[in-house]
Amino acid sequence: MSHHIVEVRNLRHVYPDGTIALRDISFRITHGESVAIIGANGAGKSTLLLHLNGFLSPTAGEIRIGDYPLTKATLPDIRRTVGMVFQDPDDQLFMPTVYDDVAFGPLNLGFPGTEVEQRVKDALEKVGAGHLQDKPPYNLSGGEKKRVAIATVLSMSPDILVMDEPTDGLDPYARRRLMSLLRDFSHTKIFTSHDLDMVLELCSRVIILHEGEVKADGPALEIFRNEELLARCRLEKPLSMQGCPVCGGKG
Amino acid sequence: MASIDGALLDFKRLDRLATGDTPIHHLDPRAKVLATLVFIVTVVSFGKYEVTALVPFFLFPVVMIALGNLPVSYIIKKIALLCPFALVVGMFNPIFDREVLVQIGSLGITGGWISFASIVMRSILTVGAAIVLVGVTGFPGVCLALERIGMPRVFAVQLLFLYRYIFVLTDEGSRMERARKLRAFGKKMEPGIFSSLVGHLLLRTWQRAERIHMAMLARGFTGEFHTRQNMRFGGKEMLFLFGWSTLFIIMRFLNLSQLVGSLVTGILP
Repeated sequence: MSHHIVEVRNLRHVYPDGTIALRDISFRITHGESVAIIGANGAGKSTLLLHLNGFLSPTAGEIRIGDYPLTKATLPDIRRTVGMVFQDPDDQLFMPTVYDDVAFGPLNLGFPGTEVEQRVKDALEKVGAGHLQDKPPYNLSGGEKKRVAIATVLSMSPDILVMDEPTDGLDPYARRRLMSLLRDFSHTKIFTSHDLDMVLELCSRVIILHEGEVKADGPALEIFRNEELLARCRLEKPLSMQGCPVCGGKG
Repeated sequence: MASIDGALLDFKRLDRLATGDTPIHHLDPRAKVLATLVFIVTVVSFGKYEVTALVPFFLFPVVMIALGNLPVSYIIKKIALLCPFALVVGMFNPIFDREVLVQIGSLGITGGWISFASIVMRSILTVGAAIVLVGVTGFPGVCLALERIGMPRVFAVQLLFLYRYIFVLTDEGSRMERARKLRAFGKKMEPGIFSSLVGHLLLRTWQRAERIHMAMLARGFTGEFHTRQNMRFGGKEMLFLFGWSTLFIIMRFLNLSQLVGSLVTGILP
């Protein structure tokens, strides 16, 4: 299904104050791929993500989701296709209860009541949060919030999942749990993260952004072995690939 | 700022009460909101020297607390928190209104004291009823009911958002205040610093609002606000609303305390 393809061609974005956030970005992500976009702070990751859902419009260049170019007319359809999970779940959970929040998307898409109910149930089940449905969002823990935030997007059955820093602020257990959840998704996945170990485990492909440009695009292992490249882009190897500081063993 | 944190926690507790499982909780929110409105209007409509006729009205909050299984001491504390405002409003009545209205033996009670007592009682009744309403309905329920009754949708949505983000906002505010305190070494907050803090809070709120809006757009928001449509105004609700309303109106026009009093004194020789 070509629905799952994300293609960015010569994307350039200049903010109104003159800051050049993206210089010239091109890549193509195909069906079922799991891709991490990494880079130092201010490399342009967030700006790039905001383009994939049409929140920012390119200064130059083009974005195609599936068969459609991203334009005003295709926007509603593309926003359903691309499920975006924000970094801070408090931004995403704005309804009085978890149930209402997960139902927000499907109701806006105009599904009938019974179908909405089924979708909410399925989505919450999938992230293991069925028991939370009547709780208000502020009563949830960080890990629960994150999983519910993912459910709010899953209930619209998107083809592509875009997540900004999915493991940010989670404790080790919640992080593990989230990772195994994400591993099971068959969607095309695009992450941004500083959690390079998570990237190594979940993503087969890595795109490095540096000062608004794509500095590298290739298999995760290959890129993480290139120490010179990583250092140039203010990154480093995932911890699991570094030598053990205690026993001195090589990674 | 610790006190604000505390007050907030307390507020969350009020909201948790609303998840209770009693017949009162299960009533359609509209019935409860309307009954409370009738209650407040009748209580407020009394003349300024009325005290005895107000007493029977305590029946409503008391019955609701009992049936709704709400913790009495908690509700009383919440009401007490708001009472100082009523005391300030009524404070000057005894000073300006010195006409003696009731004579008990040699003790003359002036109109000022009576109207003061009336104001305090009325605020206890109305504030109490409102707190009990939130306790058995929950804030979102009250908002939805108000919207169904005819409040413009924009206001309902505003209230819901206010309620959702007041916790996030106060959290953010108290973190900033804590950060200031840690480096202030006991100094009081100066006006300049205060305005800077508030300014920052406003800007952050603005940014958050933008992010929330993006999250809404990402899920197909087009300006319509859908919520679960499971409200049902049935026989029980009718009975609840009309039962209480009738009682309130009877209590408004017949002074039950006086009636009982004269009955008792009539029987006794």
